[in-house]
Amino acid sequence: MTKTPSLLRSLDYSVLQQCMHCGLCLPTCPTYLETGYERHSPRGRISLMRAIADGELEVTPAFAGEMAYCLGCLACTTACPAGVDYGTLFEAARAEAERSGATAGAVRSLVRLLTLRFLLFRPWALRLAGRLLWFYEAVGLRRLLRGSGIFAVLPRRIGELESQAFSIRRHFSDAIIAQIERPRGEIRHRVAVLTGCIQDIAFSDVNRATVDVLIANGCEVETPRAQSCCGSLHVHNGDLETARALARRQLDALDPAAYDAIISNSAGCGSHLKRYGHLLADEPAYASKAAAWSSKVRDISEWLVEIGFRPPAPPRSGATPVAVTYHEACHLCHGQKITSQPREILRSIPGVEFRECPEATMCCGSAGVYSITQPVTATWLRDRKLGHLRSTQAAIVATANPGCQLHILKGLKNQEDEQRPSPRVVHPIVLLAEAYRAQD
Amino acid sequence: MIEELIGLLGRASVLVEREDLIPYSFDATAALRHAPRVVVFPKTAAEVSGVLKLARRHRAPVVARGSGTGLSGGSVPVEGAVVLCLVKMDRLVELDARNFTLRAQAGVLTQAIYDAADAAGLFYPPDPGSMRVSTIGGNVAENSGGLRGLKYGVTRDYVMGLEVVLADGEICRLGSKCVKDVAGYSLKDLFVGSEGTLGIVTEVLLRLLPRPAARQTLLATYSRMDAAAETVSAIIAEGIVPCTLEFLDSRTIRCVEDYAHVGLPVDAEALLLVEADGHPAAVADDAARIRALCERNGATSVRLAADSAEASRLSTARRSAFSALARMRPTTILEDATVPRSELARMIRFIQETGARHRLEIATFGHFGDGNLHPTFLTDERDADEMRRVEAAMKEIFAHALSLGGTITGEHGVGLAKKAFLRQQFGDASYGLLKSVKRALDPDNLLNPGKIFDP
Repeated sequence: MTKTPSLLRSLDYSVLQQCMHCGLCLPTCPTYLETGYERHSPRGRISLMRAIADGELEVTPAFAGEMAYCLGCLACTTACPAGVDYGTLFEAARAEAERSGATAGAVRSLVRLLTLRFLLFRPWALRLAGRLLWFYEAVGLRRLLRGSGIFAVLPRRIGELESQAFSIRRHFSDAIIAQIERPRGEIRHRVAVLTGCIQDIAFSDVNRATVDVLIANGCEVETPRAQSCCGSLHVHNGDLETARALARRQLDALDPAAYDAIISNSAGCGSHLKRYGHLLADEPAYASKAAAWSSKVRDISEWLVEIGFRPPAPPRSGATPVAVTYHEACHLCHGQKITSQPREILRSIPGVEFRECPEATMCCGSAGVYSITQPVTATWLRDRKLGHLRSTQAAIVATANPGCQLHILKGLKNQEDEQRPSPRVVHPIVLLAEAYRAQD
Repeated sequence: MIEELIGLLGRASVLVEREDLIPYSFDATAALRHAPRVVVFPKTAAEVSGVLKLARRHRAPVVARGSGTGLSGGSVPVEGAVVLCLVKMDRLVELDARNFTLRAQAGVLTQAIYDAADAAGLFYPPDPGSMRVSTIGGNVAENSGGLRGLKYGVTRDYVMGLEVVLADGEICRLGSKCVKDVAGYSLKDLFVGSEGTLGIVTEVLLRLLPRPAARQTLLATYSRMDAAAETVSAIIAEGIVPCTLEFLDSRTIRCVEDYAHVGLPVDAEALLLVEADGHPAAVADDAARIRALCERNGATSVRLAADSAEASRLSTARRSAFSALARMRPTTILEDATVPRSELARMIRFIQETGARHRLEIATFGHFGDGNLHPTFLTDERDADEMRRVEAAMKEIFAHALSLGGTITGEHGVGLAKKAFLRQQFGDASYGLLKSVKRALDPDNLLNPGKIFDP
C-alpha cells in the first residue's frame, strides 16, 4: 500500500482544537452511558484523534475498535457548546482506521467489498439482491429454513445475519412512482425526490407517500429512474473514496439547478446529501456543483414546513382519535437539527394526539450497520428505546429513517409473545399522505 | 502496584492501556495535560481506603477525579499518578424528607441530586454551569458556585456532613443531620474546597430547602455599563435579594446575538438578567419593583417574562453566553476573578482596558449579584506570542481584583491554573498556615500534590 499522509494529521487542526473538553457531551453519549469510561465518550475519542494528529499515538487496533464502537449518532454535536464538527472528525478517524489496516481481517474485507463496493455501488445489484430476498420470503423458504433449525448448525454469525434480513416490498419505487408527477392545480415548485436504497426496497410506500404529499402541495415531482446509493454508509464506514465516486455519480445524473429542492425522506441519507459540498470541496470539477446541491437538499418535513404545507381537513365521517409518539432519528435531529418540523406535521393530522416520549433524541441502536457490527450495544439501546416508546402507550410510533424503522420493528417483533399489542411503526409522511387521502 | 490494584478492585476497574489513559489526561481547563499512570474506579469507601494504603506503600501520588469538568486543573494528573475516579460510586443513599437532607455517594451527578430533591418538592440550590455532568463529590472538593450564589450561597452552605478517606486510609465521618452541631472543630469545612489535597470525599450529606413556589424573570439592557451597575446597587439597597442577577458585556451580547438570534440590541453596552423566586405574591412585588428600578436607573429596555416559556427564552441569552464565546477562537479560557459587588463596574472597565492594551479579545459576563465575573479570553494556544500576552493580562487582572479587596477565584478553585497567584492573595502567614494543615493531614504529600500550592 502506498503511504499517504494520515487523514487525521492532514485535517485542519483547528477542528480538533475546537474541543475544549468541557465534558458537556458526556451525558448525551450512548456509549459513555453504557460503560462510564472516558475513552468511550466524545471528548475522549477526540483526545485520541488529537494524540494521533500530534504524533503521540499510532493508529492501533484499540483506536480502530474505539471508532467502530462510536455510533456516529452525533448527539454530542447537539450538546456541544463550542460547535465541534464531530461528524467530520469521526469520518476522518474511521477512514484513517481503515487506511492504516488496523481493522484488517479476511472475512471483514470480503464483506466490505461485497456490500460497500458492490451491492451499494450498483443499483441493479442491490435491487436484484432485494428481489432474491423477497423471493426467499415469498415462497416460504425463510419459514422453512428457520423451522428446519439449520441456522443453529451453521456458524452463529450467519444465523445472526439471517435474522437481520428484513421484509422486502413486492414493488420497488420505480414501479409505483412515475418519473414525472404533477399536481392537479398550479405548479408552484419543481422538486426531485431521492428514493434511497433501503427505503426503496423495504419501504417503497414511504417514497410513494412522499410524492403524494408533494403533489398535494403544488410541487411537480421528478423521481429519476434507477438511482444510486448516496454514499452515507460508505462515509460512516471509512470508505471516503467510494463515497466521493457515488457523490460524483449523483451530480452527473441530477443537476441541482433544475430544481427548487432535492427531497430526501431518509434521515441518514439527507444528512449526508447535505454534506456533498464538503465532501467534494477539493475537486475543482465538482466543488461548485456540489455546493449548489447541498444548498438544495431538504428533508421532506423541512421542505413541507418551509413552503407552508396544507394541513389535512378532517374526513367527513370525523377523525378517529389516535395516540402518536415520535422517535427522532439521530441524523435528523442531531445531523440536520430538524426537530420541530416532523412534530408540526404530526400535530396537523386530524385525530392525532401527540405524546412526547422520554429520551426521544437518544439513538435506538440502528446507526447504519451498527446493529450488525455491534449487536450487544445495539440491542441494549433498542430495549431502552422500546421501553420509552411503550411508556407513552401510543398506538403509533412515527420515525423518519428506514434504519430506525427496521430496528424498532425487529425489537417489537422479538417481544411479540409477551401479550401486548405492538404499536404501528411508520414514517410521519405516510400518516400525512393517509390523512390527505381520507379527506378526499 | 498495578497487579495489586487489580487484585483489590478487579481487572475491569483498573485502566492501564495508552488508549484508556489519554482520555484521562485533562479536565475542562484549557492547555493543561498530563497522562496518568493508571486510572482506578472504586465502588466503596473501603475500596478507596485500600487504594490509598496501596498507593502510600508505593509512594504513588493519588489524584481524585469525578467527571473532569473542573476549570482550574484540579483533577489533571501529576507525574506517575494513580487517578481515583469516583464516577462509579453513584448511589443516592437516602432522601430524608422530615429533616430536609439528602445523602449521596461522591459520584452522583449534581443534576440527579437536584432532580431527586425536586421530585420530593424540595430544592438543592447550587447550580454550577456543568451540573448536568459534574459529580457532587467534585462540587464539594471545589466548593462550586453557580448562578444562584447571591441569594442561596455556594456548595459549602449545603454540606452538613461528609465521609472522607484520609491519606493513611482511615475512614472518617464528619458532621450530622443536626442544624445545630458545635461538637469539636468543624472538620467537614476543612475538606470543602480542599481540591483533593487533604482527603478523598466518598459520601456527602446535603441540606435541602423547600422548593420556591414561583419564579419571575426580567431582562434589562443598557447603553452605559455604569447604569447597569447602579441598577444592581439600587436593587440591593432596596432590600431585594433576587435569586440570580446576571450580566453580559457588549462583546458577549454581540456574540450571543450572532449565535442565538434572540433579539438583543447589539449596540447595548450591558445587559442584566434578573430572576426572583419565592412566594408568588412576594415574587410579583419584587419583579415590579426591580422593573421600576431598572427604568429609573437608565435601562434602555426592560422585558418581563409573561410565562415560563418566555422566561426560558430570556435566560437563553445568558445560558448561551459561554457557547457563543467558545465558537469565536480555537482556545477559550474562562476566568473567575471576583470582587466585592460595589467594585464591579470598576473591575469590568479595567478588564476591558487591559484587553485593549494587550491586543486581546476578552469578553466578560458573570454573576453581577455576587461579584463573580467571568473574563473570557478568546485566543489560540498555538500562538506563543498571544499566549504570553494572555498571561501578562491575567496577572494584571488578578492583581487589580486583589487591590479592590477581591479574590483570584470565585468558584473554579486554584488547582494548577491559579497556583502562582495564591501567595499574593494570602500573604505569608496565612500561606504558611495552608501548608501546616496540608502537612498535618498528608505528611507524605501524596494527595493531589502540587495543586493549590507547592509544599
